[in-house]
Amino acid sequence: MELKTMLDVQKIRKDFPILNRKVNGKPLIYLDNAATSQTPKQVIDVIVDYYSNYNANIHRGVHALSQEATDAYEQARIKIQKHFNAKHSYEIIYTSGTTHGINLVASGFSSLLKKDDEIIVSALEHHSNIVPWQMLCERTGATLKVIPMNTNGELILSEYDTLLNTNTKLVFVNHISNALGTINPIETIIEKAHAVGAAVLVDGAQSCPHLKPDMQALDVDFYVCSAHKICGPTGVGMLYGKEEWLKKLPPYQGGGEMISEVSFEKTSYADLPHKFEAGTPNVCGGIAFGAALDYMNAIGFEAIAAYENELLEYATAQMLQIEDLKIYGPEASGAKNKTSVISFNVGNIHPYDIGTILDKMGIAVRTGHHCAQPIMDFYKIPGTVRASFMFYNTKEEIDTFIAGLKKAVLMLS
Amino acid sequence: MTIEEIQNEIIDEFSMFDDWEERYQYMIDLGKTLPLIDEAHKTDDNIIKGCQSKVWVHANMNDDKVEFTADSDAIITKGIIAILIRAFSNQHPKDIIEANTDFIDKIGLKEHLSPTRANGLVSMIKQLKMYAIAYQTQLN
Repeated sequence: MELKTMLDVQKIRKDFPILNRKVNGKPLIYLDNAATSQTPKQVIDVIVDYYSNYNANIHRGVHALSQEATDAYEQARIKIQKHFNAKHSYEIIYTSGTTHGINLVASGFSSLLKKDDEIIVSALEHHSNIVPWQMLCERTGATLKVIPMNTNGELILSEYDTLLNTNTKLVFVNHISNALGTINPIETIIEKAHAVGAAVLVDGAQSCPHLKPDMQALDVDFYVCSAHKICGPTGVGMLYGKEEWLKKLPPYQGGGEMISEVSFEKTSYADLPHKFEAGTPNVCGGIAFGAALDYMNAIGFEAIAAYENELLEYATAQMLQIEDLKIYGPEASGAKNKTSVISFNVGNIHPYDIGTILDKMGIAVRTGHHCAQPIMDFYKIPGTVRASFMFYNTKEEIDTFIAGLKKAVLMLS
Repeated sequence: MTIEEIQNEIIDEFSMFDDWEERYQYMIDLGKTLPLIDEAHKTDDNIIKGCQSKVWVHANMNDDKVEFTADSDAIITKGIIAILIRAFSNQHPKDIIEANTDFIDKIGLKEHLSPTRANGLVSMIKQLKMYAIAYQTQLN
């Protein structure tokens, strides 16, 4: 099978210094991209430049460095706004990452929910998407309902229909499952939730590296993601919220930045977005997040998605040749319902064993339950091996991975 | 043999291998021969949850010596357990308490005993020592 790539992958790979390193004496083959993506030198340069030239606390300074840092940080917010096509830049709240964004919304809803209200989550969720809602339900007396999945790892939408009612206040779903790569039909999920007056929060941690979600077209109420999955640094992410919703939610944390006036009698809160950005933020992280989006957009998300889908199909076809290998989730063909994640097991071999042997060969994959224990329970397995591809991976790397996998299976059988 | 003598014997065995493949293949084979824990002892009480792989350990005292049996759901973890049990089982509790696991570094398997590895082995070693401490108290 020939890859009809539109990308100059060899040129792109030169942007990523880490791809030159060796692990256990072998060239690194990094297939753990769904956990964290690697960082191009264009983003690393921005980080070095920030700390070398204009590191300062922002928003309150009168001096030049503070002004430069503030400008760069706010320009990055506008880049994020444009990338996600939010209506206003103040609808973009900087967070420390996806989990922070989810907790911010969950915390805000605790003042809006009452007993007998209902929250719906999907069976495909990451732990971080389940725990905050369980805690919220404990605090408010609301009930948590779950949209079940079928054996292909797809949500059963007819069941979703039966869960929705006028008590439903919030629906919570990931855009793409981290454990299986399933792309969920969020357009339909949002439309149906809105029909009963419920808000929708989408976890975009796994979608943002592969797609370019349009906030206004989706008409989504809240959307969260992390920069480190999109070639940016760790410790920074964004929460998009519709203005009307962000105004309804109370502040999440108290501190500097989020207030406009303070006396011992009363504090008035700052306007959006600062109401949700207490304390000194990750200034460098925010600026680098913007640089990461610039980098990805310069390559182009259409080209990225097309190439990653080719990698997915190429790898899947070869993997299915391996005896007793089982792929969980939707079958690979067609980018419509799956992204470049392959979650699998071989016979009864423990995923940890396969991951350990692959690591000895310099091949990085993830093993375990992927923080999605309910999905593993559903399939009655301890976990899976997960290989996930980004646009800087190559067909040759997949060949080496397949050869390594065959060798690991041979050793472990 | 003392724990130290057994450990030196294991180091000698591993020194014959030229590369990681031979070391791992040997360890996998050891894992396959591990005297399995009696199914009756494979209970939730005896389980050490390591996030990635599970480990079961059982101990009993025989002639003032502690006997360990163990199992894991992952074969590489099982291989390392086989090595640890070979060194620590059928020894006096006092010797088990005082023994260290430096020999694991010397046979090139150090990474498996990292506290962040989440395979249950670090907790398992603690558990072996806890059993030894408990039996030592009985002897005193």
